Amino acid sequence: MPTLTIDGVEIEVEAGLTVLQACEIAGKEIPHFCYHERLSVAGNCRMCLVEMERAPKPIASCAMPVGDGMVITTDSETVRKARNGVMEFLLINHPLDCPICDQGGECDLQDQAMGYGFDRSRYAEEKRAVKDKDLGPLVSTVMTRCIHCTRCIRFATEIAGVPELGATGRGEHMEVGTYVEKALSSELSGNIIDLCPVGALTSKPYAFNARPWELTKTESIDAMDALGANIRIDTRGAEVLRIVPRNHDDVNEEWISDKTRFACDGLRRQRLDQPYVRKEGKLQPASWDEAFAAISEKAKGASSDKIAAMAGDQADCESMYALKELLNSLGSSNIDCRQDGANIGGGSRAGYLFNSTIAGIEDADAILIVGSNPRLESPVLNARIRKRFLQGPVSIGVIGEEVDLTYRYDYLGAGPDTLAEVADGSHKFAKALNKAKNPMIIVGSGALARSDGAAILGAARKIAEDTGMITDDWNGFNVLHTAASRVGGLDLGFLPSAEFSYGDMDVVYLLGADEIDMQELGDAFVIYQGHHGDAGAHRADVILPGAAYTEKSATFVNLEGRAQRTQLASFPVGEAKEDWAILRALSAELGKTLPFDSLADLRSRMIAATPSLGNLDEVTPAKWGEFGSNDAMASGAFISPIANFFMTDPISRASATMADCTTARDGGSDARSGTNG
Amino acid sequence: MSTQVGNFEQPAEFAFTSEVMKMAKAHIAKYPKGRQASAVMPLLDLAQRQHEGWLPRAAMDYVADLLDMPRMIAYEVATFYTMYNLAPIGKHHVQVCTNLPCWLRGSDKIVDAAKRNLGIEMGGSTDDGMFTLSEMECLGACVNAPMMQINDDYFEDLDETSTESILTELKHGQQPKTGSQIARKTCEPIGGLTSLKSNAGKN
Repeated sequence: MPTLTIDGVEIEVEAGLTVLQACEIAGKEIPHFCYHERLSVAGNCRMCLVEMERAPKPIASCAMPVGDGMVITTDSETVRKARNGVMEFLLINHPLDCPICDQGGECDLQDQAMGYGFDRSRYAEEKRAVKDKDLGPLVSTVMTRCIHCTRCIRFATEIAGVPELGATGRGEHMEVGTYVEKALSSELSGNIIDLCPVGALTSKPYAFNARPWELTKTESIDAMDALGANIRIDTRGAEVLRIVPRNHDDVNEEWISDKTRFACDGLRRQRLDQPYVRKEGKLQPASWDEAFAAISEKAKGASSDKIAAMAGDQADCESMYALKELLNSLGSSNIDCRQDGANIGGGSRAGYLFNSTIAGIEDADAILIVGSNPRLESPVLNARIRKRFLQGPVSIGVIGEEVDLTYRYDYLGAGPDTLAEVADGSHKFAKALNKAKNPMIIVGSGALARSDGAAILGAARKIAEDTGMITDDWNGFNVLHTAASRVGGLDLGFLPSAEFSYGDMDVVYLLGADEIDMQELGDAFVIYQGHHGDAGAHRADVILPGAAYTEKSATFVNLEGRAQRTQLASFPVGEAKEDWAILRALSAELGKTLPFDSLADLRSRMIAATPSLGNLDEVTPAKWGEFGSNDAMASGAFISPIANFFMTDPISRASATMADCTTARDGGSDARSGTNG
Repeated sequence: MSTQVGNFEQPAEFAFTSEVMKMAKAHIAKYPKGRQASAVMPLLDLAQRQHEGWLPRAAMDYVADLLDMPRMIAYEVATFYTMYNLAPIGKHHVQVCTNLPCWLRGSDKIVDAAKRNLGIEMGGSTDDGMFTLSEMECLGACVNAPMMQINDDYFEDLDETSTESILTELKHGQQPKTGSQIARKTCEPIGGLTSLKSNAGKN
């Protein structure tokens, strides 16, 4: 490992690092704009100049690999002068917009100008002005502010895999944009807002809403998909103003999808802020007591096998645990957390987890994707597969829909026929899996949420076993869920003990379940506990207003089986309460008081029942076991459950921004604007 | 011509003719398999030559798709180089060098003569679409300054008279003499060779 001297201190670093990285390891902060650790090196902003012994002039540290015996000075007269010069050039064409710029207060250029800028300008000539670009409903542009760091271009090309941004023209006339006016066709486009070191790319929905120092920042977990991206929720008063990513190398790196980032305006619309009870066919505002009384009357009259509950896609573990305990105490085991009817759970835990882990994708050398469109079902996970694709040879096969996944793959077929061929080893992709050291299979909801889902799961398990995906240190069997609540629900055993039909029930308790066919509930008395007036609330006879994922401390288990906890960023609206507390209060009303009085009590009982929920931010490898069936698979192509990426849950369906995105993507036509995506 | 200026219609479609396609394939064949994108510059040039001297967006898209590369990269290449014209251009593209050596040798007068003769300003085109006048950076013929380039031909050692006569000939559909406009062979010294005389004629 090379040893170099940085400001008089000797340090040994890994070979292949850059001088800038070595300086950061040595605790020396180097100012920079274009350098970003997750993007390729561009070396064009020149802000990271340092002095190197025996070099005739300052070097750009971000582009200089470390060498043995280098002597680096990061803070000398020359270095400061060089950086002052660079800063002066950067500011020549940069407008004095700070007072009206949304980046103000969190702007790299502003911060570094404090250190290296000159307090007045020597530039008397005309400044350049650049026409703003239209990048769609999410990203607002003020291109005159652009300093040409090309981070956004590199992100779009490398990470997002949509090479639509570029620099046209040259010199004075260079402009960053798409050249042809169009919105970025990426589900990750919002990340260029974070990457932009100046105010050229800012958030359109958040424009002129707040200054960063006014915001309360709460570190939390996303519940828009099953990835469990680490997020920071920025609130002012009761309002969630924006959501930005937090770094977690094993989960989302530092990216989040556009839905995670921009659906938060849905938290302000269509909210259930007080209980409702249906009287004379109409939902009427009611008090909590009235609502509980109405439930109590029905529930006490119903026989225990006619009571059922369904947990929705954003239900948290605590409330599912409480609901399960409540139903059990009422003598019913008619509970389910699989709104889409996916044939999973019940068997081994390995049968419904993303066992390879998200970071493990980078170790895979053959990937078979079955019945999933990861680009829509989990864009950040898809970016991980693309990252693997860019790292070197990997064979990727897809059985399902033939869509642009941002990387090249072999299209094997549309449905179970092809899967059967791979399973019996006659397909040539089976050989690729056999040859691979770390093969993996990703089974999506498109393959599992159908009547032959168990058979497909069984076929996938056979492939995993036959092609050597299951070894002591590698498990290549993966299920890609679309719901944040799913793995938590399955871990808790939120499953029916015997098959039942919701249509036969007298009382149905919907815990934020909106994506089922409400017609199927028949004449049942429906209790809806949730935060948005969506499909479930419309059907309900009693509405109990709950909390959204930003409004409670709750446990979510991501698709790897990693338990993570959200934090309360703002309080539930109006009379709404945290979900576990509603269930606890209702249980007392029903005379079946649940044995916990606080969230801590509930958690200790829940963790006692399901220990994996207590190991926060840890992935416990699941033991391989029996799951799936050996029945014959039906025919019919695998279709991804997500038709409209931007609208998949009550929050995103209530979001005006997501509606704008849908319109922009469809070019104004309503052909694909199904809200039941 | 890095930016699109003015209002003009972009054709909706573009495709190489079969002869141009043959040339394009020859260019693509120069590069290793999988590196076909390297042929983007000659192909954009072929497209420009086929399309009346300018590159419509459809042509950039066509070349990018043909080479299996992102369209954005073709835009980047086409807008970076001044030799790709992104707006309609006259049949004769008069490009006068005004860099230092040419300027010292009187390029201002050449520019004036061209403006006078064509009746247009720098950057403009004649109404009949025959001429476009542009100012160029160094075209690398400093020894024969001042000079101008019209389409693919260099006209060197210019003065006002020779400039006007070249343009007039072009107006009448004639092909003016290319290269040096004075009694001088390429870039040999004016007034004959001064050194290596014994080698004269041997090459």
